[in-house]
Amino acid sequence: MKMKKLCLALAAACAFGASSAQAATDIQFWYANTGAIADEINSIVNRFNASQSAYKVVAVYKGDYSTTMTAAIAAYRSGKAPDIVQMFEVGTATMIASGKAIKPVYEVMAQAHEKFDPKSYLPAVASYYSDTHGRLMAMPFNSSTAVFFYNKDMFKKAGLDPNKPPKTWDEVEQDALKLKGAGISCPFTTAWQSWVQLENMSAWHNVLFATKQNGFGGMDAKLVFNNEVLVRHIAKLSSWVKSGLFVYAGRTNQPDAKFTGGDCAMYTGSSSVYGLAQGTAKFAFGVSELPYYPDVKGAPYNTIIGGASLWVMGGKKPIEYKGVAKFFTFLSSPEIQAEWSQKTGYVPITKAAYELSKKEGFYEKNPGTDVAIKQLLLRNPTVNTKGIRLGNFPQIRTIIDEELEAVWAQKKGPKQALDDAVTRGNAELVKFERANKAGAR
Amino acid sequence: MEKRAQFPVSWLPYALVAPQLAITIVFFIWPAAQAMWQSLLVQNAFGTNTEFVWFENFKVLFADPIYLESFKVTALFSALVAVLALGIGLVLAAACDHVLRGARAYQTLIIWPYAVAPAIAAVLWAFMFNPTVGILAYGLKSLGYDWNHMLNSGQAMALVVIASVWKQVSYNFLFFLAGLQSIPKSMIEAAAIDGAGPVKRFLTIAFPLLSPTSFFLLVVNLVYAFFDTFGVIDATTQGGPMTSTTTLVYKVYQDGFIGLDLGGSAAQSVILMTIVIALTVVQFRYIERKVQY
Repeated sequence: MKMKKLCLALAAACAFGASSAQAATDIQFWYANTGAIADEINSIVNRFNASQSAYKVVAVYKGDYSTTMTAAIAAYRSGKAPDIVQMFEVGTATMIASGKAIKPVYEVMAQAHEKFDPKSYLPAVASYYSDTHGRLMAMPFNSSTAVFFYNKDMFKKAGLDPNKPPKTWDEVEQDALKLKGAGISCPFTTAWQSWVQLENMSAWHNVLFATKQNGFGGMDAKLVFNNEVLVRHIAKLSSWVKSGLFVYAGRTNQPDAKFTGGDCAMYTGSSSVYGLAQGTAKFAFGVSELPYYPDVKGAPYNTIIGGASLWVMGGKKPIEYKGVAKFFTFLSSPEIQAEWSQKTGYVPITKAAYELSKKEGFYEKNPGTDVAIKQLLLRNPTVNTKGIRLGNFPQIRTIIDEELEAVWAQKKGPKQALDDAVTRGNAELVKFERANKAGAR
Repeated sequence: MEKRAQFPVSWLPYALVAPQLAITIVFFIWPAAQAMWQSLLVQNAFGTNTEFVWFENFKVLFADPIYLESFKVTALFSALVAVLALGIGLVLAAACDHVLRGARAYQTLIIWPYAVAPAIAAVLWAFMFNPTVGILAYGLKSLGYDWNHMLNSGQAMALVVIASVWKQVSYNFLFFLAGLQSIPKSMIEAAAIDGAGPVKRFLTIAFPLLSPTSFFLLVVNLVYAFFDTFGVIDATTQGGPMTSTTTLVYKVYQDGFIGLDLGGSAAQSVILMTIVIALTVVQFRYIERKVQY
């Protein structure tokens, strides 16, 4: 309760401080990134502000993704919501279901008569944030996908070819055994286990994660990730934990440091770790496609995105929406998008930005940076691979983390754990549907 | 003689307590009432959909085995924290009371951890116990004990208990030391002349005379273990592995702030409030009777 009060007070203070009289219309923009990414956001915002005088975007750091979301909710409830808020991908269903609390981006752009073509975005990105009619609800912003990193020096040490990363999970196992044999204590680890090992592996093999097209078709979706492909995969990883090939290092991004610090030889995680690895790793590393199971028909398909998008809050003045639309147009220009992706390690989210980066020779100079986008573009997304949209997704991820930990600790079998995760997760879905249909108008 | 204070005007006493009342209402009664109201609602995150559901949130909670499990986790965690923090604090205070040279230095050093914020204390310990780079984990490994609190529930519990206790020992130490120093020297000396050794003197004289302090600290420590250890858990284990360190207060945070299930989270905080009120009543009614002031 106290925390909530504090959030409200802070939100109120910020909104008040910014609304002091100025000639230009202020556009409040709350973001959740830090470090080099935050610097880049501020640099883009400053350039937009300098490019015209009618609007002034005020970028405010609000804490991590969860905190930013909570802050936006508290602010909305007290009538002090920002104009734009950056929201992580798992919050998408919550935002869409929030009705008048948000204003869909396609509406904002249409009403401001700004040129806006959802087809200019990569299909795997646009589909993640579109409604069932293919209209963009949020502005895609920072997107990454799950890729495979490996330590070339360690590969050499183990007598493996540093230019031949494993393609399949069986090859990962063989390489891991050799690395282990060469005295490397952590052959493999993974960040974001739910996102990489379940969500992305589902799409990569074209199997359904949840019914109703992974939740895109309605709130009454049911989880179905306890399927043969994923049970087998988790069983494999579990056997690796037992034999010391896979060292578990945490639920979210804690394992990043295990790879960039030179502990682990192979690692699956967000493609946006490339920048971090480049800055900190004291070894040569390579990036390659996420491993797959060749016996699954048609695999690999495409991976799905993670990261965040920009949401426009509801109940604002038309002039503010006009400013938001102008800012979004500025933001989606190929030059800005190409620069954004090159400086942060996120994938270029428009095709034009990808082409521009290619033309500038960025991918030749930085080998491996195009793995992510190639994975996303590998196939045209199917209903199974265009993304996942579930209510209470943050809790479902926590449930998956808890159940997977039970597997790694050898306390539960893989099938049992995934079954339990499905049952518990489905209860969350029912809860979400209930909360969002209560007194439905 | 009339013991009650007499005021010349009738409004004065009310005016005098008004600031305190205002603080209580604004910072306790009002939020508590809001939580109670929220606990009867099912609402989506932004509050654009609200339904009054009576006690449905509570029913859902008590049908959830994970929630029931968090009671057990909380009981174990609070008991461990309170007993260890009180025990160690008392032993250190008794020892420090005996030291002749450098007592000030010891006292200062023991009090220091209290100035460290819970989250920082937690990160500190988590770092020392980090399975890859932690010095303590390394030491344990060289003794043949494999430490990985990311997967081992018992070790995760040990880690949050150690971090929580470490912080609280200073506080307990301070109060116990003050309590010990207020015991008249003449009594201790008389016992010593009668031939009682230091242990006997502590058990028969000092410890009983410390009972008001101990009682006060017991209440404070339980409240600390129930509420203030949130930062420790959030910074180290985030309730894991599995749900082995998800205490009641951590679950309130998880469901409310991460999960945005405000109704369910409010229901949990109402339950938590009830538990603490009940605990405090029990302590004052039954344990306080045994306290000699």
